[in-house]
Amino acid sequence: MNPFKSFHIVKRDVLPWYKAWGVRAIAIIIALIICGIVTTITTGLNPISVYGAFFQGAFGSARKIWITLQNMSILLIIALALTPAFKMRFWNIGGEGQVLAGALATAACMICLGGKLPNVVVILIMTVASVAAGAAWAFIPAFFKAKFNTNETLSTLMMNYIATQLVAFFTVVWEVPKGSFTVGIINQSTNAGWLPQIFGSKYLLSIIVALAITAAMFVYLKYSKQGYEISVVGESERTAKYVGMKTEKVIIRTMLLSGAVCGVAGLLLVGSINHTITTTINNGQGFTAVMVSWLAKFNPITMIFTSLLIIFLERGAGEISMNFGLNQSFADILTGIILFFIIGCEFFITYKVAVHKKKEKIANGKEEK
Amino acid sequence: MFDIVAFIPRAIVQSVPLLYGCTGEIITEKSGNLNLGIPGVMYVGGISGVIGAFAYEQACVKSGNFNSVLAVLIPLLCSLIGSLIMGLIYCYLTVSLRANQNVTGLAMTTFGVGIGNFFGGSLIKLSGADVPSIALAKTSECFARKLPFAANMGWFGKIFLNYGFLCYAAFIIAILAAVILTKTRVGLHLRAVGESPTTADAAGINVSKYKYFATCLGCMIAGLGGLYYVMDYASGVWSNDAFGDRGWLAIALVIFSIWNPLVGIFASILFGGLYIVHLYIPTGMDYMEFKELYKMIPYVVTLIVLILTSMRNKRENQPPASLGMSYFREER
Repeated sequence: MNPFKSFHIVKRDVLPWYKAWGVRAIAIIIALIICGIVTTITTGLNPISVYGAFFQGAFGSARKIWITLQNMSILLIIALALTPAFKMRFWNIGGEGQVLAGALATAACMICLGGKLPNVVVILIMTVASVAAGAAWAFIPAFFKAKFNTNETLSTLMMNYIATQLVAFFTVVWEVPKGSFTVGIINQSTNAGWLPQIFGSKYLLSIIVALAITAAMFVYLKYSKQGYEISVVGESERTAKYVGMKTEKVIIRTMLLSGAVCGVAGLLLVGSINHTITTTINNGQGFTAVMVSWLAKFNPITMIFTSLLIIFLERGAGEISMNFGLNQSFADILTGIILFFIIGCEFFITYKVAVHKKKEKIANGKEEK
Repeated sequence: MFDIVAFIPRAIVQSVPLLYGCTGEIITEKSGNLNLGIPGVMYVGGISGVIGAFAYEQACVKSGNFNSVLAVLIPLLCSLIGSLIMGLIYCYLTVSLRANQNVTGLAMTTFGVGIGNFFGGSLIKLSGADVPSIALAKTSECFARKLPFAANMGWFGKIFLNYGFLCYAAFIIAILAAVILTKTRVGLHLRAVGESPTTADAAGINVSKYKYFATCLGCMIAGLGGLYYVMDYASGVWSNDAFGDRGWLAIALVIFSIWNPLVGIFASILFGGLYIVHLYIPTGMDYMEFKELYKMIPYVVTLIVLILTSMRNKRENQPPASLGMSYFREER
């Protein structure tokens, strides 16, 4: 008898949360073991020191811990930004472009206004400009999605490349020195437009902003009327229309919010962390953030952990590839493996495999005879 | 002066990776799977071929004999296997385990681009070979071998005959795909699966089998685009991230070509042209920055086309109805 015919798949009732997280934890552990094996094969390192090196890379010294937390906070902000759109089933994979737009606006303010206006005013204008730029970048796909149902996955993607080329254009316009194709540190001597350091730490600002946005987003999605509207539109656009919600308005408003928060990430990247602008300043985090958000099941609090997991992998794999003279992309491979496992394990949370007991008995009975 | 005879071949050469990706994704989407992992698959297809060719060339250095048939077949086979594995991962997750297609696709892209860049950057160190960089000149020569009489046929030869075999294969595969999709029973079943898996299932079509088959085939075709790029276009030199965003453009082309591989042929040539048009717009040395703006053209055009096609909203130009949704028989 064909063993594959003797079971079928049934949808589960809702699994208790601790069991669901248990399944996910098992998936992550299996994935980490496989990552260790892959690392051992490529580097010849013994498996235990692989994990040692991972921790060394992410939490090896006070400075490394701060950088890990800072990277995590930026990724977290972008993931939070995308979340309301995803809850609405609007696949905003344009985080990259929206962050770049915000970053570009910040850099423009720093270069054009720095030194000419009091620093407080410059920073205020920077903040407003970056938020507006991010929102504007999200508005274009949102408007056409709401009006004509234009495929948002592709339109947001194209907006990414348009933003990248725009940044490349301004990089050449602003380049210092001429012909270097880099902007260099903006206002290095005057520090005009640099966001303030909090308690003398240059890392703390992004972390605080990230935590504040996490809390705000959690409340917004869970307790506000607009958050509720987002879930209804996401569950069923027809229901939303039937109960009298203006879905077009909800889509555009949510995307404006999404883009605005991405703009904040751009502001922090340029104003607080790098003080310069390049086309790769965001380093593909707009895409990674999609997965951070999805892994956390769109829950802002859980996103703290998922973003930490991804950054931990990135920094750990970065350390390993540096030690062994391997390519930085090693981290992407490990991230991919972990993602595959977590994506796959969702199946065991939603469905269960039911064995056909009756048929088995018959089969057993035949064998006995 | 604008030289059209020189421009068209360059546009066509640019269009081939796009066409492979586009044809592959059309076949995939016809089964109802929206595979956003195509960029990753194309990287894997490219690097698998490179690894195969690299291993073969290294072996040839030791033994001393080089067989050009093997030099083509080994990378080709490696490339197909590499992209097939990617396709199987995607299918297992989305069809068997019913995972979200967008997230799976993005994870595949991260993974695939990571594999490409990692092995591209570390292959020499990992294999312990004694060469400065990956330059597969001999293999590339076999891939890019042109028709012998192309050179002495004037402009006709330059425009139509001056390409490696993978270029012609791209066009042949696209035409075959169009014929199979519209004229055969297999194509009809495949379209049924993409439009309404429930109906197809009721009619006795094995939905999972069709989805697996179409997606894996689509991935293998797309992977050839990566192979063509590195072996023919880039003359066997792998450099990280050089393939760029062609995978994403290929996915956008699917919408541009309204899920028809024949339209895909013209669309990809048009985009191949747009991709290099910035080289032809004259800019003085003082205005170098505008070159960066011209590079924006293909994306702006894609965006406008996307919007226009959605505004016209014709019934026959719509995506497969169940695109992006996993099928579960017991759900309704």
